[in-house]
Amino acid sequence: MSELVRGLPPLLASHLELVLIALIAAVLISMPLAILVADRPRLALPVVTIAGVIQTIPGLALLALMVAIVAGTGGLGLGLAPFGFPPAVIALTLYAILPILRNAITGLRGVDPAVVEAARGMGMTNGQLLRIVQLPLAAPVIAAGIRTATVWTVGAATLATPVGQVCLGNYIFAGLQTRNWSMLIAGVIAAAGLAVMLDLILGAIEHRLAARKPVWAPIGALATLIVLGIAVLPRIGVGAVAAPIATLHVEQSAVKSVKLGAKTFTEQYVLVEVLKQRLAKVGVGVEVAESLGSVVAFDALAQGQIDAYVDYSGTLWITQMKRSAATPRWRVLTEVEAWLAHDYNIRSLGSLGFENAYAIAVKRSLAEKLHLRTIGDLAPMSRTLAMGGDYEWFSRGEWASIRRAYGLAFARTATFDPALLYDAAARGEVDVISAFSSDGRIAANDLITLEDPLAALPPYDAMILLAPRVANDPNVACALAPLRGKITVELMRRANLMVDRETDKQTPAAAAAWLLGEARLPDGC
Amino acid sequence: MITFAGVGKRYQPDTWAVHDVSFEIAAGELVAVLGESGSGKTTLLKMVNRLVEPTRGTILVDGKSVRETDPVELRRTIGYVIQQVGLLPHLTIGANVAMVPKLLGWDEAKTSARVEELLALVGLPEMSQRYPDQLSGGQRQRIGVARALAAKSKIMLLDEPFGGLDPITRVALQTALKKIHEELALTTVIVTHDLVEALTLADRIAIVFRGALKQFGTPSELLKHPADPYVEELMGMARQQAERLASMSA
Repeated sequence: MSELVRGLPPLLASHLELVLIALIAAVLISMPLAILVADRPRLALPVVTIAGVIQTIPGLALLALMVAIVAGTGGLGLGLAPFGFPPAVIALTLYAILPILRNAITGLRGVDPAVVEAARGMGMTNGQLLRIVQLPLAAPVIAAGIRTATVWTVGAATLATPVGQVCLGNYIFAGLQTRNWSMLIAGVIAAAGLAVMLDLILGAIEHRLAARKPVWAPIGALATLIVLGIAVLPRIGVGAVAAPIATLHVEQSAVKSVKLGAKTFTEQYVLVEVLKQRLAKVGVGVEVAESLGSVVAFDALAQGQIDAYVDYSGTLWITQMKRSAATPRWRVLTEVEAWLAHDYNIRSLGSLGFENAYAIAVKRSLAEKLHLRTIGDLAPMSRTLAMGGDYEWFSRGEWASIRRAYGLAFARTATFDPALLYDAAARGEVDVISAFSSDGRIAANDLITLEDPLAALPPYDAMILLAPRVANDPNVACALAPLRGKITVELMRRANLMVDRETDKQTPAAAAAWLLGEARLPDGC
Repeated sequence: MITFAGVGKRYQPDTWAVHDVSFEIAAGELVAVLGESGSGKTTLLKMVNRLVEPTRGTILVDGKSVRETDPVELRRTIGYVIQQVGLLPHLTIGANVAMVPKLLGWDEAKTSARVEELLALVGLPEMSQRYPDQLSGGQRQRIGVARALAAKSKIMLLDEPFGGLDPITRVALQTALKKIHEELALTTVIVTHDLVEALTLADRIAIVFRGALKQFGTPSELLKHPADPYVEELMGMARQQAERLASMSA
């Protein structure tokens, strides 16, 4: 628990910074726009409609879209990173525009026309009219819009984790994936607390503006909160993480620090800890961007935003290389490695020794009742069954591939978070699920995986990928190369279950330490 | 001196809100523009300080076409008072009256002396720290007049200034206005639909009907020699009212 509290300040600081910059940008965009369109209804309608349409895009989708847009336009022509802060702040800015814009227009239109006429009649220029009359009189309504936008943005910013931006979402995503409820709740409470605090302060500003009282006190409180949040928070609580446990003597490394990536499921949280603990041994500092979307992680590596992460041969084979299944395991691995080296200058350290393949799993009791052994056995009865999959499953090539290969057509399909998918099968909410073969919860939930005699699902060797920057670094190689072939699927399953289970739950770091102990790596490189 | 020369205003393609109006207001005169609502009398007034631009014709102030003066500059030299007053609700009375001098860049001392002088003139000294919503309707309109005169304007335009007030307050304000007009030797144009107000207050009255000027003359000229059936009907009504009142008190 105390570790959770200690980890919170940097997340909170980064979250606050993200929200603040997005809001400032949104105000800077919305206010001139509102002033421009307030007395031009023909212009106001399309502008407000566009802002409204942006608002209806789900937050996660908007963030993902920004990654694609920033990447596709060469960082908007400014060389911005399509990863982490830039796409996150752009998406949140777009998100915050509508409430500010709409309230500013309403506020400006609500100014008594007699006051405007008198002000014009006494010889005010348009600028003076705006500054002396319209803006001060519309201020309470404008402030209310900024307040609404702030509360929305604090909430929406938690979704910035999967695009690689550190924020309170890191606790929420990691907590959900590893079923660490106290971590999840810590993230939620911190985000809610931040939202409530900002809401109270902005509410005070709004009410004082409406009552024409001075607003210095709440503005002072806001400034204090911001300074505390951004300047002071990052300095407390962390520190301990960076301390190296250096024991091995190694030659001077060219690379002092490595940025690791991890996708959004337990195994990835454990493996990133494995890499981190190995790198710490040779005195290489580590930064982690976790809970990345699958495609985001690969793009981040390809563009040098992260230096290393673990991916799976079949995933790259299907989603990046657009190849089809039914290819032997060794051939997929070698072709993927050649393609990575040739097209991206990315180095693979080879298979870790296990596969985390997509597998089709059913409850043991159901399998016995329906005499299911292979995926093909599902075909005659699939019209009466329901299939559950993770977020990606139903849009992935593997799904199309097994449907085609075995002639499956399910009565119903449903998407679940991977953390809830196994439960859904165990409880009978769905009959068949897409599972990960190295997941300890298959056995723990008394599920069995069906055989794939037609090899419709490709092999998925877990492999460490290195970006060009660290590909030839002797220390990185010394730390990570020995992992090759040393992690069996049984070890990985047990390590995953240590984190996922409800009783005697371990942290990913503890599971990684256990895994490294069991893997019996050679001393030295 | 304000001259209207063939002035017309068309808002929609086929309807003239003001049609071919020509008359001349002499310096120091108090002129009422009298008409029903929708007659075009407010449009006529707003063309003087260019809140409305004429479609046709010219308006001269002191012999110079208003079109040749920047509208912002023009408005700062012409006092303007409207029925709803339009005081800035977030500023004190003092700051409201000081607004035009401030826009003109007067220094602090000169401005505050002027504000005091004007508040005394309209009979509301020591109100300078209050806010508009702490004043009665009549007091607000007095401040409206003070504000219009703040920059020592020699011309004052008033658009139905006493329309929303009770009769006692209205008469008190009319008297005050007449006094200020004479003391400061202003040229004053007051738009009204109140026949009695026009007859008792104005040196001359311009009667406007459906956008056209029907007659321009002193109250007694209009009463004795109405030039038009509409003016005749209007004057008949005024005479009838006066006779009825006289017979009641007899």
